[in-house]
Amino acid sequence: MASDQLLQYLFSGLTHGSIYALVGVGFTIIYAVTSIINFAQGEFVMLGGMLSFFLFASMGVPLPMAVILAIIVAAVVGALLYLLAIRSARQASVVSLIIITIGASIFIRGIAAEVWGVDAVRPPAFTGTTSWLVAGAYIQPQAVWLIGITLVLTLLLHLFFNFTMMGKALKACAINRSAAGMVGIDARAMALTAFVMAGALGAIGGTVMSPLTSITYGMGAMIGLKGFVAASIGGFKSPVAAVIGGLTLGIVEAMAVAIGWGPFSSAYKDAIALIVLLAILLLRAGQLAAQERPS
Amino acid sequence: MRKVLLVMLPALLALAMVIPALGCASEEMWDEESYVIGAIFSTTGAFSNLGVPERNTVMMMRDQINANGGINDRPLEIVFYNDESETSRCATLATRLIEQDKVLAIVGPSATGPTLGIKDIVTQAEIPLISCAAHKGIITPIEESYWVFKTPQNDQDAIHEIYSYLEAEGITKIALLTDTSGFGASGRGYLISEADLFGLTIVEDETFSTGDPSMEAQVTKIRGSDAQAVVSWATDKESAQVARDMKAQDMTIPLFCSHGVANRAFLESAGDAANGVMFPAGKLLVCDQLPDTDPQKEVLVTYRDAYEALHGTGSSSTFGGHAYDALMMIIMALERLGDDMDGKSLAEARQMLRDEIEKTENFAGTGGIFTMSPTDHLGMAPDPFVMIKVVEGEWTWYQY
Amino acid sequence: MMNVERLQRFNWRPVAIGFLLVLLLLMPFNWFMGQYTTLLVFIGLHTMVTVGLCLLLGYTGQVSLGQAAFYGLGAYFSAVLSKTYGVNPWLAMIIGAIATGTFAYVIAYPIFRLKGNYLAMATLGLGIIMYVLFRQMAQYTGGPDGMGGIPQLAIGSFVFDTPFKRYYLVWFFCLSILLLSQNIVNSRTGRALRAIHGSEAASASLGINVAQFKMKIFVLAAVYASLAGSLFVHHLSFVNPQPFGFLGSVMIVVMAVVGGLASIWGAIFGAAMVRILSDELLLRFGELDIVIYGLILMLVMIFTPEGLFVRLKSYYRRWQTGRLGEVEL
Repeated sequence: MASDQLLQYLFSGLTHGSIYALVGVGFTIIYAVTSIINFAQGEFVMLGGMLSFFLFASMGVPLPMAVILAIIVAAVVGALLYLLAIRSARQASVVSLIIITIGASIFIRGIAAEVWGVDAVRPPAFTGTTSWLVAGAYIQPQAVWLIGITLVLTLLLHLFFNFTMMGKALKACAINRSAAGMVGIDARAMALTAFVMAGALGAIGGTVMSPLTSITYGMGAMIGLKGFVAASIGGFKSPVAAVIGGLTLGIVEAMAVAIGWGPFSSAYKDAIALIVLLAILLLRAGQLAAQERPS
Repeated sequence: MRKVLLVMLPALLALAMVIPALGCASEEMWDEESYVIGAIFSTTGAFSNLGVPERNTVMMMRDQINANGGINDRPLEIVFYNDESETSRCATLATRLIEQDKVLAIVGPSATGPTLGIKDIVTQAEIPLISCAAHKGIITPIEESYWVFKTPQNDQDAIHEIYSYLEAEGITKIALLTDTSGFGASGRGYLISEADLFGLTIVEDETFSTGDPSMEAQVTKIRGSDAQAVVSWATDKESAQVARDMKAQDMTIPLFCSHGVANRAFLESAGDAANGVMFPAGKLLVCDQLPDTDPQKEVLVTYRDAYEALHGTGSSSTFGGHAYDALMMIIMALERLGDDMDGKSLAEARQMLRDEIEKTENFAGTGGIFTMSPTDHLGMAPDPFVMIKVVEGEWTWYQY
Repeated sequence: MMNVERLQRFNWRPVAIGFLLVLLLLMPFNWFMGQYTTLLVFIGLHTMVTVGLCLLLGYTGQVSLGQAAFYGLGAYFSAVLSKTYGVNPWLAMIIGAIATGTFAYVIAYPIFRLKGNYLAMATLGLGIIMYVLFRQMAQYTGGPDGMGGIPQLAIGSFVFDTPFKRYYLVWFFCLSILLLSQNIVNSRTGRALRAIHGSEAASASLGINVAQFKMKIFVLAAVYASLAGSLFVHHLSFVNPQPFGFLGSVMIVVMAVVGGLASIWGAIFGAAMVRILSDELLLRFGELDIVIYGLILMLVMIFTPEGLFVRLKSYYRRWQTGRLGEVEL
């Protein structure tokens, strides 16, 4: 394989990987703080993309404002999801919570189809659509935005969790909720924060991604699943791990296309992501069993 | 308690053996006050881009007809269901239309999977079905398709249209890029099996899933091959993405798409990457460019104007047209039958309607000109397609 | 007052079960609920899959988000063997059940080293991998378009060729499975399983082979699902991958949870509630149906996390013991 082609696959993998990473980070933050797998995570991405398009195209809001508004609305939806659905279900088991978030995702998707219709939409790119040629491989400006924003956010999240009071409080909740409670950390406030952050991160992914990929009301399901795999590869431990998981997944998928032989081909690339997930889960089985908190 | 149950179970089974004769449908009359037709479309889910215009079309036709006094002075009633693009749900809904709503015929479903899923149900229940899905297996083999008709052109014919153009252009090496959904996968099957007939070699055969963010990697793979053209089989959103990804990597070889892209959403989503894309489609998109002598021109322009008056300029699509053709054939059959169905049982009425649909002759619909026969339940005159090329963001009839 | 007490003390359970059986026997008749026969067949099929998951969830505390894969395996074994290779449909069904059970047995060992959310993830992954295989192995499975013309089940010259006949066939299997499960629950194994749910360490120290019990239940649930899948394809004479994807698995979990995790008979209730809701009640709402479906899903889980059926049963118990008015803890 020529090196320029390899680089092209790498670009493609990083672009997709960044999307998966942002969704995966949302999964990770919520899971770490609350032990809930939020299956509505993909819907935040959809909301981000859809809202930014319709604010811009139908309501004439300038694009940067539309993007910021979309992220805020998604964060509010995240907060509402926690306050109205999750917090009300106090004694719910793992399964019940999973179903609540699945119910929420179906609900949000249905509302989106009703309000915005079922056609794909595409907000304009932030800065032009003409590809740049880098060492023989093409990359679109919007893809650079996407990868760049993902990396910047990763750095910010890392700093936030390790060097701010609030970040440390969240981390404390993730490590031991009851102990965190004893030192005066309000677990509920932390859970709310986690949902707001996850909503905003998903929407950031959606607004930056949709000029590149277009977006439909139903796209959250697939993206959510990939983000979930990314978070699993990262072990649901830290945002940085989830980003690495996402980028790995993106690159593995692109390479599956590149190899294009038998099971390693575009036809089976969705399965490959999940085989990677299974392999990682099983290899880590012993370690994970020790981590799992009693529900 | 357990013993009682254990005794009851074999008894239950024995009863099941004896009872069936008693369970047969009694002679039921059809509702002669109005014509009740069922409609199943995928207005949400994977095939919603087909189902929504189909449902809108059928609603519009119902309102028009009832505003003009109905059929044979009786109102047309439509019972709408949404199968959510799911086969087993479609099966439940079809049974419901047959058993509870007691419809005379069913229009739809939108997609191949659901249609094949209810083929046996409608055959067993003996009720006419006119599907809006393209797969040839819907109406073949004809012995198993006595009750089933369809209006969209065969996938295979669309592929022949593209391949004969490629052959004429002297292209011999092509790359395939198809969706793993039902539509893309059955297209891929034909694309592979028909290639030899036109002297084409498939040098790359890539697929993607509905909902993938982009097809960049697959396009890169094709760029590295010596393909002279790309044939992509998918619906609007994914095809638009393929066009954009090819443009982003500065690829200059031509892109051919399926008739699945024949709607406004494709143009909007692909933007200027759509320019140069070619695909075979029904004549609806370019109906203004047809000569006045074309027998379909009048119906096409009328349908498009009526639809767009309700749903906005550029909103009409060939998919809605398939539903138009399907319902129109039923309406015409009912008109021809006149009062003949009065006093008949529901089963007899369905049989008469089926037989009358099969007598459809020279009906100029939106998809083509239909002449049904006992051996052909599509009955479309040859060359229903035109080659369409996108030029400066507009559909253009490409004559070669 | 005396009368109420007598009513309360009376054991209503056999009456309820008897009533249910008579109802089941008569429902598909045209003069009763004949128009709902297809719906009732689907309820029966889903009950079969749900019971397996109820056992797994209720008696091991573990969730599988990939149960539809086993349902699909049974379906495809029956479809491919009976249609493509001309194998007798009953034999195909048995082969399917054995193969699915074996597959479940093989994967059970590595997968049950995981627990809780991680087990859910692993089964979810497994389910989707199977779904991709159903879709991609088109030369055998017919791909996403599926395959039709699958032969009917028959006993001698008696062919199960109408929904009416298949209704009794499906419910025969369904009730047999329910009874079998009931026996398992009330057996030594069942008590062991409940012990596991209570505390794994405690049950292990009592000499119960925890891992083996979990695996047994997992295999049993897979076999139930496989049988249901076989009946499903012979009912529709058609199979495609769609019912066996992630949402298919989710639907089964929802049915199990609505029915109550630890309740065998709740499985019928759960399957019936979900199917009636989505196939009958929500149809009146047109396109808003999925919005309302999502909303109901959330509300049911928020307000009765232990399952609707279990909640109703607990009301009944409290009525029986005369404590209905008391505040729930």
